[in-house]
Amino acid sequence: MKTEEPARIQPARRRLVEVLLGGGVLGSITAFFYPVLRYLIPPPVADLGSDEVVACKVGDLKPNSSKIFRFGTRPALLLMAADGEYRALSAVCTHLSCTVQYCNDLHQVWCACHNGLYDLNGRNISGPPPRPLGSYAVHVRGDDIVVSRKREG
Amino acid sequence: MLTRGRQWLNQRFHWDDLIGPLKKKTVPIHGLSYWYFLGGVTLFLFMIQVGTGILLLLYYRPGANEAFESVQYIMTRVQFGWLIRSIHSWAANLMILTAFAHMFSVVFLRAYRKPRELTWLSGMLLLFLAMGFGFSGYLLPWNTLAFFATKVGTEITGQVPFIGHRLMVFLRGGEDVTGATLTRFFGFHVAVLPGLTTLLILIHLALVQYFGMSVPPGVETRWKSSPGQVREMKFFPNFALRELMAWYIALGVLGAMAAILPWELGTKADPFAPAPAGIRPEWYFMFMFQTLKKIPAKVWFADGEVVGILVFGAAGLIWTLLPFFDQAGRGRGRKFFMGAGIFALTYIIAMTVYGYLAK
Repeated sequence: MKTEEPARIQPARRRLVEVLLGGGVLGSITAFFYPVLRYLIPPPVADLGSDEVVACKVGDLKPNSSKIFRFGTRPALLLMAADGEYRALSAVCTHLSCTVQYCNDLHQVWCACHNGLYDLNGRNISGPPPRPLGSYAVHVRGDDIVVSRKREG
Repeated sequence: MLTRGRQWLNQRFHWDDLIGPLKKKTVPIHGLSYWYFLGGVTLFLFMIQVGTGILLLLYYRPGANEAFESVQYIMTRVQFGWLIRSIHSWAANLMILTAFAHMFSVVFLRAYRKPRELTWLSGMLLLFLAMGFGFSGYLLPWNTLAFFATKVGTEITGQVPFIGHRLMVFLRGGEDVTGATLTRFFGFHVAVLPGLTTLLILIHLALVQYFGMSVPPGVETRWKSSPGQVREMKFFPNFALRELMAWYIALGVLGAMAAILPWELGTKADPFAPAPAGIRPEWYFMFMFQTLKKIPAKVWFADGEVVGILVFGAAGLIWTLLPFFDQAGRGRGRKFFMGAGIFALTYIIAMTVYGYLAK
């Protein structure tokens, strides 16, 4: 009868070996694929977080005209209204992120992609855009037109 | 679930008939069975190359002004980028190594003999493609070492009589190694070679499948005289699981090599800087490189380089056509081809070691 004993224990032993082996293989496969998944995530682009930027020189813009400039990593729009006042807006449409432009015949900001319209303060007034454009503060410092992020609050 | 999936496939095309031959496939068991694993390991390393190659393509940018910087970016900024690149480099080298070992095992077991001549031929073409992969991939990081190795390598191509110069201009995309060369090599490396290689691998595997595994001549005669001794195992799952274990070990070796000895990037190539000391090709070109270095400038009335290239070309051609010369398998012929195999192996190893020691 003693010879049958191992046969009785075997299923439990086999199960243990299976769990250890399977767990080990599974663990190592996870270890192989973890770096791959992390690799797929692109490293963040260094946004140098410029809080202000020189958009142009005084006299570069005439009344009722505009200019696109770089603010950090994204485009922004500096415009001089017909009354000679400077305004700076984010040029990224709040609908699907096209770059907007100033329409000097409508005196409005227009997005060509889906015909979205904003007024000169960046408020969405017509078309698909869901939110107003972000707006920046404009200062004249010496010869430079300086655009800066508005202080929160 | 699995049965229902199989039924679904069977109703549309005869799935069971398609995989039927695979089920019937057997692998002979004898003392030299371990050599059967090498082709599979080479295939596995190729699959690793495809996977890591695609990953590298996510960040790599070809072009003389960007290539080095993008590889630098992969290695320093992208998470685990150093590991992916290191694995790609190590797997490339191990793949060449296992392919060479596979080839020599086929020579010494004379597995190329009738009816497997075409299997050998497709395998040799695959080896040449793998070396093409190595040569073109070496340049892609655009570092100093690769730049000059490519300059020398393509210059050697230029020595081939009659078509050499045109071939060199074709490879370089001009008279010199420039950004144009990099663009070409990139195209070869990621489009032309992978396409051709995949096709040839399919042919190679289909031929292996069609003819079944070769049994070494000695074992074959023994088995023929006493058929009771024939031992075989089923390919699926018995051999496949063993092969999987070999792949797993290969992956372990690969991961360890890549992590312990990460591949270096070196310095950015400067076409107008003098070549630094210690310029050398990848190790699997070393035996040819070293031979060409040792041939005198003039052999009789011809250029030493040209003679070397012609000799290597002829030897490579004869080697590629080996099964067609070794037809009858008579005693004397067998010894001759065995001797040729041993000579080739010894020559390659000796010249490679010499190349690394000689500086």
